[in-house]
Amino acid sequence: MASAPDPRRTSHYVTNAFYDALVTDFADWQNDDMAVGDVALRDSARAFLEREARLLDRHLLDDWLALFAGECLYWVPATPGGGDPRLEVAVCLDDRRRLEDRVFRMATGSAWSQIPQSRTVRQVTNVETFATGTEGIFMVRSNFVINEFRAGESRGLAGWCGHRLRRAGDGFEILVKQVNLIECDQNLRNPSIII
Amino acid sequence: MPGCLEKMKMEELKPPAGRLANAAPSFDWDALVHDDRVHRTLYTDPDIFAAEMTAIFGGTWTYLAHESQIPENDDFVTTALGLRPIIVVRDSGGVIRALFNRCAHRGATVCRAAAGSAKVFQCAYHGWTYFNTGKLGGVPWPEGYACDFKDAKYNLAQVPRVESYRGFIFGTLNRDAATLVDHLGPMAPIIDQWLDRHPGGRVRLCEANRLKYKGNWKLAYDNSADGYHVKFSHRSLLEMENRLKVGNQKGMSFYKDAPDDSPMYVQYLGNGNHFKDKRPNIEQRPGALWEIEGAHPGMEHFEERLRDRLGEAAARALDLAASEPVNINVFPNLLILGNHIQVLQPRAVDETDTTWYGTAVVDDGNELDGAVDDVNTLRMRTLENFPNFGEVDDAVNFEEIQRGLMAEEDEWIYMHRGLDVPGRIETDENGVITAPATDEVFMRETFKHWKRLMSSPPKLSIQREA
Repeated sequence: MASAPDPRRTSHYVTNAFYDALVTDFADWQNDDMAVGDVALRDSARAFLEREARLLDRHLLDDWLALFAGECLYWVPATPGGGDPRLEVAVCLDDRRRLEDRVFRMATGSAWSQIPQSRTVRQVTNVETFATGTEGIFMVRSNFVINEFRAGESRGLAGWCGHRLRRAGDGFEILVKQVNLIECDQNLRNPSIII
Repeated sequence: MPGCLEKMKMEELKPPAGRLANAAPSFDWDALVHDDRVHRTLYTDPDIFAAEMTAIFGGTWTYLAHESQIPENDDFVTTALGLRPIIVVRDSGGVIRALFNRCAHRGATVCRAAAGSAKVFQCAYHGWTYFNTGKLGGVPWPEGYACDFKDAKYNLAQVPRVESYRGFIFGTLNRDAATLVDHLGPMAPIIDQWLDRHPGGRVRLCEANRLKYKGNWKLAYDNSADGYHVKFSHRSLLEMENRLKVGNQKGMSFYKDAPDDSPMYVQYLGNGNHFKDKRPNIEQRPGALWEIEGAHPGMEHFEERLRDRLGEAAARALDLAASEPVNINVFPNLLILGNHIQVLQPRAVDETDTTWYGTAVVDDGNELDGAVDDVNTLRMRTLENFPNFGEVDDAVNFEEIQRGLMAEEDEWIYMHRGLDVPGRIETDENGVITAPATDEVFMRETFKHWKRLMSSPPKLSIQREA
């Protein structure tokens, strides 16, 4: 059997089936009847998200990339609810390769939107865990507030995230991170930080 | 011309009531716009900005919306003409109108939605209700008024001239303006070329990458045909797109070495309109455009699907997912570039919204043999590329210009690249000016046009249903 294509170099996994699953998985998951009451799961999910926030605040983007599964997605919809990305553009929709592009660009020394670099602090709160139809895969909802300081000005970004996480060893890996900015359908000033 | 004009009542506009004509701020425009440079205050002075919002946005044909946003009768989208809030509506009779979103009574907007479908608009404040023609339908408790509500002055104001060119809706308050197609002149066939690469010669607007920068709107318009900045402003994008070193040099790599020696060019087409044509850099054969498209999600999978399904014809389909290498800039606010319809919306002298609408392929005639959905899936991803990895850097550079221009004693902004260089710039018998890719002649000519508009502003009118 031929080895699977390397998602860091080619994009074969972003298929119609992938988009179908994405739209379905993110359509209707925040239901009380799917909520997982297990405190240990919630605590480990919270610790995972807090570590993710710390890596981003510290600009440790390679370490942050390592939180993602090989075949993954970072998705910031431009429409509340997300819509179907086959029919509309998103603020960001990065597969593995494009996510590595994003991180690569930041390190070129000429990504002017991040020169000077933003300083951020992120609050991650209201962490709730939800079961999916698949053993070992969970949806996690969390709220965020990011205070960003750049080029002499401070501002705030707020919203909530849906993380689709898969158990991996003692922790998780990110299959999909959906970032829902409360102002996602408005004109955004310099949306160049990873949220 | 809309057939309803005879039922319209025109109102010619003089200086606003209460303001004396000679009290308006006045400028010596010749002292501010030279052959080789313009004064910093064109970007920083709130009084000049206010004058632009009257004389230019509305004084000349200004892009308002795209017909695909309002496909059915009663569909509307809200926008602005300069700072005036506007409802662009396809009314119940099918006429496209640009209504002032401003209740005739006390001034509240009558529509708060970004888009939708409505036969009437009701003011939330006192319940005055208007048909989507702008005509007043009724007011609560009319017995409390002695006036005749049939008087046209109680209907919504609207833009007196609204015309479309192949789906692009423009409006102007200058009743005496040339027709839109005459105004576009040599720009019209360039818009035709952009549309006619698509099945059926049309596109549908879809959602947008919406950006904002704290800077003057002209910084984005000046930039839109600027081939001089690309290698520097977009250095990180050029490096990123070629980091995996697969196949041809990707994206805008033709800017990397000596762009003025390349076959691409910039043109000035009159009335402030300009055009950057990068197509000559690319071999004129199906599939050549796709071969320089940068990596994007799903690229290899959907390419294989399209090649399996369409064989040789896949090349054209893939080119439709690739970014068309043109910048078609229609003064003052419409920038058609790649597969984007970018709209500039001034908010203040130092704040501009720049909205990058995506466009989708529409294939009612099935020219793509059922592949249109796959093409659009790829196209959504290629559309996200430049706003994410290019425009953010431009926008920050615009903000740094705005910051630099606060040095008030250092007064001038130079745009003289190419000026007086022998043999560099050609003007044809129609007045179309052509120059090498990094030339700034298009900026100089645009500012001549800008100065004409600002020096002798067109006479403005509004109209109301009679």
